[in-house]
Amino acid sequence: MSMINYASREINCKIVYYGPGLGGKTTNLEYIYQKVKPNTRGKLISLATETERTLFFDFLPVDLGTIRGFKTRFHLYTVPGQVYYNASRKLILKGVDGVVFVGDSQVERLDANIEAMHNLYENLAEYGYDLRQIPFVIQYNKRDLPNVSPVEELDQHLNPDRVPSYEGVATTGVGVFDTLKAVAKLVIKSLG
Amino acid sequence: MAPGGAPSWSFGPSDSERIEEILSNLLYESNARCALLVDRTGQLVTTVGEQLNFDSAAFASLTAADFSANDQLASLIGEDEFDSLFHQGRNESMYLADVGKRLILVVLFSQQTTLGLVRIKIKDAVIGLSKAFEDVFGRAQEEEGPVLERGFVDEAEDEIDRLFRE
Repeated sequence: MSMINYASREINCKIVYYGPGLGGKTTNLEYIYQKVKPNTRGKLISLATETERTLFFDFLPVDLGTIRGFKTRFHLYTVPGQVYYNASRKLILKGVDGVVFVGDSQVERLDANIEAMHNLYENLAEYGYDLRQIPFVIQYNKRDLPNVSPVEELDQHLNPDRVPSYEGVATTGVGVFDTLKAVAKLVIKSLG
Repeated sequence: MAPGGAPSWSFGPSDSERIEEILSNLLYESNARCALLVDRTGQLVTTVGEQLNFDSAAFASLTAADFSANDQLASLIGEDEFDSLFHQGRNESMYLADVGKRLILVVLFSQQTTLGLVRIKIKDAVIGLSKAFEDVFGRAQEEEGPVLERGFVDEAEDEIDRLFRE
């Protein structure tokens, strides 16, 4: 639910990083936080457990500047990936404008990816949203590891509609900005 | 927004004046420091009162999360919702109230006033705000909001390319 405030001339868009536990959602946000100019981003808020597993969400606001008179911002959120935290995961999807699914490319995580994707569809449906109608991209993360599934196989299981997908190594930043740019542009197009 | 996605909403200067007047009255009558309106998705709609010296975007996202988590707790114990929350600090406290299930009114106050007074005055403000936002959301369903200027998408895409790079 992008909010366009014609009084203060602001547009805020919400982008949610979704996916299985330990897939690299928080690492994506941390990389973005480190690399964008400090004056264009706010604080990175992480509600995490003592072992740095996301408990509720991470949040990073990024300011695109003033476009045609409108101060335009993206609010980036991650959800907790662990199956156990579904109640809080669903809350973060409320009012989402764009979704990034961060998949874990390792062969043994295929089932976890599939389960997380089903969960994404289900949680969106409970708000009356249809993922096929929302700006959506996929990142296949951890491509640097030795035991990864081929992208074609991942596409077959996770990407039947062939939305844009990117190979990533979030720890070193590979694919992180490509993914973000793609979803951000889709969200902007949906406003225009 | 495409059908099937989340609906957008917008409000203009006259809505803004009406809302800020309600919030200003609330602060005057309750002697509270500051009032913020946050939507349920975590976006700050407006603030009135003392200048905030904290990250308001982070504050808004945490407020929405706080309220949503408490809604879930309410349903677990058989309540429909908690329509207000109160967080007490040593010097500063905050009171949060639901506005028409779409927004959250947050009032920050110090020991210059009392919880009882803030609570009473917030109730009046919530009634006024609910009415104002019924009009905003009613209008959003009836008609498209003002259209973004031509060229907005192209310019935003260029900015995205400039900002999101190594």
